[in-house]
Amino acid sequence: MFYIYCPYCGEHREEEEFHPKGQAHIERPKNPEECSDEEWGDYLFFRDNPRGVHHEMWVHAVGCRKFFNITRHTVSYEILETYKMGEQPSITAANQTQSREAAAVSHQEGVRA
Amino acid sequence: MSNAATFDTRTDTAIPVESPLAYSYRHSGAPRGSGYRLKLRERAMLGHLILRGGAIVLDEAVREVLGISLPGKPQALVHDASGERSIQWLSPDEWLVIVPGGEEFPLETKLREYLGDAHYAISDVSGGQTLLEVSGEAALELLMKTVIYDVHPSNFPVGKGVTTVFAKATTILRRPSEERWELVVRRSFADYCYRWLLDAGSEYGVNVEQ
Amino acid sequence: MSQSKQQVFRLATGGRIDRTRTLSFTFNGQPYQGHPGDTLASALLANGVDIVNRSFKYSRPRGIVAAGAEEPNAIVQLGSSEAAQVPNVRATQQALFNDLTARSTNGWPNVQRDLMGLVGKLGGQFMPPGFYYKTFMAPASMWLTYEKYIRKAAGLGRSPMEDDPDSYDHFNQHCDVLVVGAGAAGLSAALAAARSGARVMVADEQEEMGGSLLESRETLNGKPADQWAAQVLEELAGCENVSLLPRTTVNGYHDHNFVTLHERRTEHLGETAPVVNGHRPVRSRMHRVRVGQVILATGAHERPLVYAGNDVPGNLLAGAVSTYIRRYGVVPGRQLVLSTSNDYGYRAALDWKEAGCEVVAIVDAREAPKGDWIDAARAQGIKIITGSAVIEAKGSNRVTGARVAKIDIDAFKVSGPVQELACDTIASSGGYSPVIHLASHTGARPTWRDDIIGFVPGLVKGVQACGGVNGTYALGDVIAEGVEAGIKAVATMGYTAQTVNIPSAERLQQGPAVALFQVPHEKPTLRGPKQFVDLQNDVTAAGIELATREGFESIEHIKRYTAMGFGTDQGKLGNINGMAIAARCLNRSIPEVGTTVFRPNYTPVTFGAIVGRHCRDLFDPERYTALHQWHVERGAEFEDVGQWKRPWYYPQKMSGKTETMHEAVARECLAVREKVGILDASTLGKIDIQGPDAREFLARIYTNKWEKLAVGKCRYGLMCKDDGMVTDDGVTSCLAENHFLMTTTTGGAAAILEWLELWHQTEWPELDVYFSSVTDHWATMTITGPEARKLLAEISDIDLDRDSFKFMDWRSGKVAGVPARVFRISFTGELTFEINVQANYAMHVWQTLFKHGEKYGLTPYGTETMHVLRAEKGFIIVGQETDGSVTPEDLGMQWCVGYDKPFSWIGKRALTRSDTKRENRKQLVGLRPKDPKVILEEGAQIVLDPKHAIPMPMVGHVTSSYYSPILDAGFALAVVKGGHQKLGETVYLPMADGQTHEAEIVSTVFYDPKGERQHV
Repeated sequence: MFYIYCPYCGEHREEEEFHPKGQAHIERPKNPEECSDEEWGDYLFFRDNPRGVHHEMWVHAVGCRKFFNITRHTVSYEILETYKMGEQPSITAANQTQSREAAAVSHQEGVRA
Repeated sequence: MSNAATFDTRTDTAIPVESPLAYSYRHSGAPRGSGYRLKLRERAMLGHLILRGGAIVLDEAVREVLGISLPGKPQALVHDASGERSIQWLSPDEWLVIVPGGEEFPLETKLREYLGDAHYAISDVSGGQTLLEVSGEAALELLMKTVIYDVHPSNFPVGKGVTTVFAKATTILRRPSEERWELVVRRSFADYCYRWLLDAGSEYGVNVEQ
Repeated sequence: MSQSKQQVFRLATGGRIDRTRTLSFTFNGQPYQGHPGDTLASALLANGVDIVNRSFKYSRPRGIVAAGAEEPNAIVQLGSSEAAQVPNVRATQQALFNDLTARSTNGWPNVQRDLMGLVGKLGGQFMPPGFYYKTFMAPASMWLTYEKYIRKAAGLGRSPMEDDPDSYDHFNQHCDVLVVGAGAAGLSAALAAARSGARVMVADEQEEMGGSLLESRETLNGKPADQWAAQVLEELAGCENVSLLPRTTVNGYHDHNFVTLHERRTEHLGETAPVVNGHRPVRSRMHRVRVGQVILATGAHERPLVYAGNDVPGNLLAGAVSTYIRRYGVVPGRQLVLSTSNDYGYRAALDWKEAGCEVVAIVDAREAPKGDWIDAARAQGIKIITGSAVIEAKGSNRVTGARVAKIDIDAFKVSGPVQELACDTIASSGGYSPVIHLASHTGARPTWRDDIIGFVPGLVKGVQACGGVNGTYALGDVIAEGVEAGIKAVATMGYTAQTVNIPSAERLQQGPAVALFQVPHEKPTLRGPKQFVDLQNDVTAAGIELATREGFESIEHIKRYTAMGFGTDQGKLGNINGMAIAARCLNRSIPEVGTTVFRPNYTPVTFGAIVGRHCRDLFDPERYTALHQWHVERGAEFEDVGQWKRPWYYPQKMSGKTETMHEAVARECLAVREKVGILDASTLGKIDIQGPDAREFLARIYTNKWEKLAVGKCRYGLMCKDDGMVTDDGVTSCLAENHFLMTTTTGGAAAILEWLELWHQTEWPELDVYFSSVTDHWATMTITGPEARKLLAEISDIDLDRDSFKFMDWRSGKVAGVPARVFRISFTGELTFEINVQANYAMHVWQTLFKHGEKYGLTPYGTETMHVLRAEKGFIIVGQETDGSVTPEDLGMQWCVGYDKPFSWIGKRALTRSDTKRENRKQLVGLRPKDPKVILEEGAQIVLDPKHAIPMPMVGHVTSSYYSPILDAGFALAVVKGGHQKLGETVYLPMADGQTHEAEIVSTVFYDPKGERQHV
C-alpha cells in the first residue's frame, strides 16, 4: 500500500485516499478536428508501460480532490517525487541516474514531513 | 453580487425537521449509562457552507463578515472566540464553514455582498451533512479503529482538520479542543457511521447524548 | 489421576511457569493438566504426549519438534463448541488456559489409530512428488470425486460452522520505528530508539517478551540475562512514546513500509474473550502500521539435520529442548542423543544433564570441535562422538534409538561402522537460519553468507536488521548491533539518539560450524528410509532429488512440484535444507540455486482479524435517503443502487396476502399513468456549478448546447468520454446566469464530480468555475401522473399554471410550508414535478403530500416501476442501454448532439472515427415480441436467421425488457446491428431452453409517441 505525498495537502497520506488516473502528461490535442484518426486514437488509447521511471496522474479523491502527478519506479514501486498539475517532473527516465541521490533525499524529507 | 442564485432553505421553527441520525436513533438506539469511556453527541441542524475561491479573494470578506481569518495553511481549522463558528481548510481553494443553524443564509448573503463580482462559489450543504462529537478516554482508540489518518497528538494537534477515510466511507475529522474530536459525515452515510462507531466503541462502553 | 502421574516430564523446579496454580485442558478428548505460563505444547510434553498429529501426506505419527512459530507438526484445532472452532493453531504458540480444548488437525479417525496411515505405509513407496497430479488425473471426470476424499484426508483444520461470538478489529497506526521481535537485539534497538523520544512500537509474537534471553545460560552485567530483559522492558513500559505489543506477530511487510501485525488479545485467556465490566473486549486485532523505519530483530530459527526417521516423535530441535527445560520446566524425554554441526547445539545437552537426565552422547559432525561449551560438556562427563552424525532414528511412535556413524560430508557418504545407541530423544542442530521472511515480503532478494551458512535479508529502504536475522549470534554482539540499529533508525527519522549502556556479556570461545544439511545414509537417498525436509508438507530429501531428476532445476519449480515450504509453513524449518539438497543434486552451490520467495502471512491469521469490523451489517456502507424510515415502515423491498438502498417496489398486503413483485409493479405503473405516483429520487447526484464560465464548461462537457438555456429553464444533457461513448446523463438547470445545478445518475455522482474536476484542473484551468456536491443536501420527491398538479397545488404557493410553469421549467416557492425548488421534468412521460427541499425537512413534506394525496390515489413507487415507465417512453438508463461502447448516435439521440458547437466538446472528435461511423454498429431499437405474453430476457442474444447452423451470427442483445401494464404486453429495448434501418423487420431470440422468440423491431417509444402527456 502506497504512502503518497500530496503536494497540495503537504503531507503523506494513505493510498486509500487516492485514485490513480493513468499516465501523466497526456494532453488533449488543441484542435481535435485536425487530428487524423490515428493521432486521435493514439491520444485516446495508447499509453506507455515502462519498466522503471514512470509518470502517473493521481487524484487525492478523499482529501483535497486535487489532481497531481507522481514519478514512480515501476519495479521498486518507490515514489520518487510528486508534483502539482502544470509542473514538470524533475526526475525522468533520462536523468534518473544523475538525480537518484537527490531523489532519495527528498523522499526521506517526505517521510518526516 | 455575482450572478448566482441564493436560496434560504430554512423556514419557521414549527415545521418538524429530522437530523441525519433520526433514523439511526430509532433503529439502533442511543445507549446511555454509566461506566462508559466514550461519548458521542450529534450537533444537528448546524449551518454548513462550502466556500470556494482564491484565498486572497476570500480572506478579506471572511474576516470582515465572520471576524475570522481564513486559514491558509493546509489542514488548518480556526474558530471564532465563542467557538461556535469555524472555518476549515479543505483544499487550496475550498473551505468548510460551520455556523449555528440559521446563520448560514444571512452569512452567505453578506459574503456575496462583500465579494461582489469576484470569482468564487458558496454552496449551502447544511442538509447534507451532520457533525458528530466524540470524546472520552477511549476516543483516540476509537478513531484509530475508524479512520486511516494518523490521529496521534504529535501529528494531530488541536486546530487541525482533515478529509479522510472512515471505515469504508469518508469523513472530515477535526480536533477543536484537547479532549473533543468532531466528525463531519455525509447525511446518507450517517447511519453507517453511527452504527460503526457504536460497534467499534462497544468494548469501551458508549454514551450517546441526544 | 494425580498431578505427578500426569505431568511425568515436569521438573520440580525451574522455568517461568506458576506451579502454585493448575490448569486443566483436554487434547483429543483426554484430560490433562498444566500450569499458567505453559504453552499447549509444553503442557503436552509435560504429560508425555508423544503423538500430536498425523502427517499431511503419509499420515505418519508426529510429535512436537520446535518451541515457536516454526513448529511444523503440532498444529491443532481449538474449541470446545462449534462456534469457538479455530483451525491451524500452533500448540507452541498457544498459551494454556483453563478448560482449553484442542484436537489434532489431521488423523482420521484419530491420531493413534489412523486409517490413512495404511495408505501412507502402502503408498510410501508409491507417493512420489506430483503423485496427485499423476495418479488422479485420469479420467478427468473423476477428479471431483477423488478431490473430495483427498481433501478429507489431507486438509489442514476446518472453519467453524456457527457464528463466532467474538469481535475483531483493525487499528490504524503510525510510528517512527517498529521493532520486530523483542529478544536481545530487539530490546536493545527499542531502548535506543525509545530514549530519543521517537514513536516506537515493539511487537513480539510470544507470550512473554525477551526472546532467547528468557532461557539463556549466559549473563549480562554478571546477572542472569533474563533480569536485564526485565529491566529493559520495565523502562520501555514506562515510556509514553513506546507501545509494547506482546502476542503480536508481524505478518506482512508491504510497500512503503506498510506493515501488518496480528495481535492476539484474549487468546491466552479463554476460547472466547472474557467479558470485562459488562463489555466484551476485542479478541484479535490487525494493526495496519505505517512505519518510518522498520527494525528487523526477528532472530533465527534453528535448522534441523535431515536424517532418516527424523520425523519420529522424540526428534526435536536442540534449541527447543533447551527452551522446554529452561522456560517451561519440562524435559521432553529421559535419554538424549544430540546430533550437531556446531557449538550452539551443546547447550541442549548441558541443560538436559543439569535437569538430571541422561545424555547418552553428543554426536558432532566436526572432527575436532573446540570451545567453551564443548569443554563444559566434557567436564560434565558427557560422551562426545566426533566426525559423526545420527544417520537414522529408530522407532515408530517414539524414538527408541539412534544409529550413529562416521560421515564424510564432502563425499556425502557414511564412512565408518554404524552403532546403535538406545535413547528416547534425539536433538539435532544444523546451525541457524535467519528469519528473513519479512524482508523477503518487500521483494528484496536475500544474500547467502558462507560464514554463517545462511541467507541474510536483502537491503531495502527504511529497514535495519540486527542480531540473529543478520547472522549475528554472540549475545554481546547482538546487543551492540541492536543498539546501533536503534540509533540509526531514529537518526534517519530526525531524532537525536541518547546513549545506551551496553551490558557486558561473557566472551565465549566458539569454534566454527560445519555446513551439514542432509546427513548421508548407508543407502542412497532414493532407496533409503525417509529423510524429511519439510515435515508439515511431508517433503523428503528423496522427493527433492527425484524432482531434480525429473528435470526441475529452478528452486521455484522444485518448490511447487514437491510442495516444500507451502502454505502455513512458509519454509521456516526446511527451506535451507531443501535448497542445499537441490544444490547437491544439481551440482551447484546454494546461492546459485537461490531461495524461494516468502510471502505474507508469516503465520496464519484468523479471518476475523483480516475482516475486522467490516462484516455483517457493516460489511459495506448502506446509504439512506432522508425518507428511509418511511420506506421501511411502508414495507418496501429495497434495491441496491451503488451503496444506496432504494425502494424497489412497495408490496401491499391485501386480505392477508402479500402482492408479488409483478402485481405491485403493475399497480404502481397504472397509478402513475392514471392518477399520481411518488418516487424518492434523492439519490440522484447533484452538483452545484458556479462561475462566469459555468455555461462554457457545460458546453464542453455535455454533447448538447447550453448557450441559450435561460434562467428558470432545465435541459437534459448527455455526457461522453473523449472516445465518444456515453458515460452519464441527467438534467441540468440554470439557476442564475452564472449558476447551474447538474444532476447525474445515482451511481455516477462521485465519478462525474471527479470527471468535471479532472477537465477543469488539467485541461481548462482558465475557466472560472467551481463544482460542489450537494447530493445529500437536497431531498428529491418526484410526483408524477395526471393528478400531480392538483395535488401539488393544494400545498404549494407556486403558480403551477401550465402556461407559466411549463415543461422543462423550474420554480421556487414553498411546498408544505418548506422552501422548495420544483422542477417540471419527466422521466415517466407524465406530468411531473420534482420537489427539492433541504433534506432535514423531507419527511415533513413527504408526509404532507400523502396527507393530501390520498384522494388523488397517490401511490409510492419504486425503481422497478420507474424502469418500466421510462422504458415505455424509450428513455435510456446509462449503464443499462449503454455499456461504454455506445455513442449518442447509436442511441438515436442525434437531437442531443451539438454538431456545430464552436468548442470541440468531449467526445465529438471520436464520433467521426472510422469505427464510430461504420454502418453496422449496434443501435438502440424497440422490440415488440410477436407473442405479447412473452417477456424477453435481458441480455438475450438476437439473431436474424434462427435456422442458421450453430454458431449463429449474433446481431445484438436485449438491454431492457418488462411487462407494460398500460399496454398489457411485453416490450423491450435492444441494441441491434444497423437497427435504425431495420424498423419493421423480424428478429429471433433463441433461448437456452430451446424456445425461439420472435420479435419485431419497432420505435423505442412505446407509449404516448407524441409526448403529449408530460406537457399537460
